[in-house]
Amino acid sequence: MSPAPGPGAPSASASASAPLRVVSRRECPVSRARLLQLELPHGELQTPVFMPVGTQGTLKGIAVRQLEALGCSILLGNTYHLGARPGPELISKANGLHGFMNWKRALLTDSGGFQMVSLVELAEVTEQGVRFSSPYDGKEILLTPEKSIEIQNALGSDIMMQLDDVVSSTVSGPRVEEAMYRSIRWLDRCIAANKNPEQQNLFAIIQGGLDAELRKKCLTEMIKRDVSGFAIGGLSGGEEKDNFWRMVTLSTEYLPREKPRYLMGVGYATDLVVCVALGCDMFDCVFPTRTARFGSALVPWGSLQLKNRQYAKDFKPIDEDCDCPTCKRYTRAYLHALFRNDTAALHHITIHNIAYQLNLMCSIRESIRQGQFPVFIQQFMKRMYGSKEQYPCWAVEALSTVNVQLE
Amino acid sequence: MRMLELWKRAPITWSHVAPPLENGTFGCSEWRHVEKPQCYCVLFVGYTNIWLSSFLADCLYSVKDLPIRPSYVLLASVTKMKLILSSIVNGCRYGKLIEVGRNGSKSVDIPGCLLYTRTGSVPHLTHDTLSLIEGVPEPVHLTLSTVAEHHEVLEEYKEGIGKFIGMPESILYCSLHDPASPCPSGYNTNKTVSVWGGGGRIEITLSKFMAMQQAFKPDWYQSMADGEPLPPGASRKRVKKSVDRTLGFLDGCLKEHQNSEVLKNSEILGVIEGGDILEERLRSVRETMKRPVGGFLLDGFQADDMPDDPKLNLIASVTGELPEDKPRLIHGIGKPDEVLECVSRGVDLFEGFFPYVMTEQGRALTFKFKYKVDPEGEAEQKDLVGPLHQVQDQQLISAYNTMTIEQCEGNHIYSMLEQSGCGDNEISNKASDKGGKTVPFTIDLKSEQYRADFRPLLEDCSCYCCKNHTRAYLYHLLTTNELLAGVLLMIHNQHHYFGFFQSIRDAVRDDKMHQLKELIIKQKLQQ
Repeated sequence: MSPAPGPGAPSASASASAPLRVVSRRECPVSRARLLQLELPHGELQTPVFMPVGTQGTLKGIAVRQLEALGCSILLGNTYHLGARPGPELISKANGLHGFMNWKRALLTDSGGFQMVSLVELAEVTEQGVRFSSPYDGKEILLTPEKSIEIQNALGSDIMMQLDDVVSSTVSGPRVEEAMYRSIRWLDRCIAANKNPEQQNLFAIIQGGLDAELRKKCLTEMIKRDVSGFAIGGLSGGEEKDNFWRMVTLSTEYLPREKPRYLMGVGYATDLVVCVALGCDMFDCVFPTRTARFGSALVPWGSLQLKNRQYAKDFKPIDEDCDCPTCKRYTRAYLHALFRNDTAALHHITIHNIAYQLNLMCSIRESIRQGQFPVFIQQFMKRMYGSKEQYPCWAVEALSTVNVQLE
Repeated sequence: MRMLELWKRAPITWSHVAPPLENGTFGCSEWRHVEKPQCYCVLFVGYTNIWLSSFLADCLYSVKDLPIRPSYVLLASVTKMKLILSSIVNGCRYGKLIEVGRNGSKSVDIPGCLLYTRTGSVPHLTHDTLSLIEGVPEPVHLTLSTVAEHHEVLEEYKEGIGKFIGMPESILYCSLHDPASPCPSGYNTNKTVSVWGGGGRIEITLSKFMAMQQAFKPDWYQSMADGEPLPPGASRKRVKKSVDRTLGFLDGCLKEHQNSEVLKNSEILGVIEGGDILEERLRSVRETMKRPVGGFLLDGFQADDMPDDPKLNLIASVTGELPEDKPRLIHGIGKPDEVLECVSRGVDLFEGFFPYVMTEQGRALTFKFKYKVDPEGEAEQKDLVGPLHQVQDQQLISAYNTMTIEQCEGNHIYSMLEQSGCGDNEISNKASDKGGKTVPFTIDLKSEQYRADFRPLLEDCSCYCCKNHTRAYLYHLLTTNELLAGVLLMIHNQHHYFGFFQSIRDAVRDDKMHQLKELIIKQKLQQ
């Protein structure tokens, strides 16, 4: 990878011994998009990158060999679930999550915090941590920043996420501010608790809801800490897209250019393209894999609901231009027929959807490399929506703020 | 005209038998007036229609005072594929089906199992994960239970079910029923059979059945048959009815098959019914043999309610009557010990559903099947018969050319046919080669004992699952209801089962079946 000719020089991250090294950085001359080459303990990574979610130490129904073949370079694991089953002691014995699931490339683990939002009726948040009643066995768990890091240390992931005080983006008022400040304090506790700073990176998570001032305060404070990267959290929870993108732009304005930016919970194709333009590097979402299991196949012009009767006699592959294992061999009609009868149908569609996401990111990277990203965005939007009238307004607006005018 | 040519070349005194007429048929009255020949050796290597075959068979059976039983009545239509039997030892057949499939380029090892599918997919597996398994057999087993509801789609698709399911190069065998799903009885009629698909019961008439086969274009398919599981002690009337219906269905299928351009390279398998009544079973065999089928399916042995001994004796009686040169499939038999018993009784091919059933229970196959050869005191090798049963015109004729009657009688195969099946092999009382440590057929990976067990499912197993994952990981996947559990277990279980069949083939070839049986039975008793 050659250094970027444009703004921003290649630079090492905070310290020489950090387990994340930015080998090179290239920036789009028009938008805020960047192309990074990262070195992690378990391998190299190019961003922008999409990280499929393998919640319980497996990507549902897909063997690690298949993921390697698709070119997947990093997976996400979930501390909350794995902490409960099979538990950190067992995973430690198995040589970490890498050893347990036999994934040789990079792993990122989240803190378990997001479950606070999704399982909120079970959770009580205090300064100490989050008190859960485990849905598995009813036992009470107190998830503190220290405990979260302890579990993640046992999991041995390349990138760990801080435990943050997450509030839903639809919540407003003093709770949001409280959560923002608490997240900063928890970040410091997480940094202190990391027993493996040479082998495992810690990312901070910017909070502050949809309040620009709170976000700015959070950003100002958090970027003072010695972490390898930053996540933009508290979004992608059902808020209006107009508010969503503004918070993203605000964050990327303040975040240091030489460290990766991880936008959590974003995975729809349009959102990925726009947020790359806004300056984000890493993304995760359950959507592509979850929707596959409901029979929905992602394509450049939307999605196909393969369970629908209209596909019963449709003998084309999901996407004629896709060369994933599913599209090379199976028709929509066969997937429709198989869907009710065998789990293999879910796997076929999951493989395709992951291939779709990874190919999308690959095309994005290639276009940034060639300095053609705005052209790519134009082509992408045209293919997806057909005509300018159909383009989502928020996307048009967001892109215009980074100098990409759609025609 | 092949029959006429044979006529000229054959050294047998054909003058004792009326020659065929110009159109290839035999005049009935001429036939009946023959003198009793020295040796009955009636060859019909050429296309025969069912009427001719049954007519001739009737003639033969009706001639009294035969010096030798006509065991070599080979009413062979030109089945494209050929069965080459390398040996028959203690009732176990070892060989190959060659020239199988549309291009005639594939072969199937015998004894062997089929690749079980549901709606054309090996359960849980995609093409890529299936490719991780070694020793995947041909043919692929499709069932009308799981594909019948897609008949219309296949008719419109036009390119055959092989390509539709993503297996365009594979040999396909289509049966009626899915061995892993229950098949309620009481629904078949004189004109229809019912299969149970994802959407419920599907009633199939003969013409619908044949329309499906023409849309699917399998390489082999079983004839339509009334194979409803009959309770033991079912009335003779009901059993007789199932035999009669099945024969009627077979004739109906054959008629359409022979007129079908699309199915001209496909083989139809005759189905042997008859419940648990020996006479009916034999009747079914004899009648079915008269038809130009490519092989035979032993049906009605699926249920667990027929006790073992009568069941096995019945199977032996059936195979004892069947011609040597055509494959014998059996439905519903999959457990290791039962498979061995059936191989010993002349069965060639088995459905491969057992690994799937175990996978669905969260179980991994772990039984040992590597018998060790004991260098000392090895049992004497039985005299193996050479490749007598290559059904090639020239070889067969020249073989008979040189045989005298005494040789026919002394022929191992011939005398084997006289016996009712394999009988009891003495199980050697040599110690198990593993020196005492035995493992049961399966382990239940949901059991707590595997929670922190970081060994592979089975030591020495070279499958993808055992090379990459541990029992602890499988335990985790099963207890968290993860889809990957089914994928990995299926890979291991299939791999193991195919290895077992390779071991069977080796054991039959090397005359070590008694050792393999001993090893398996020991493990069965462990449970």
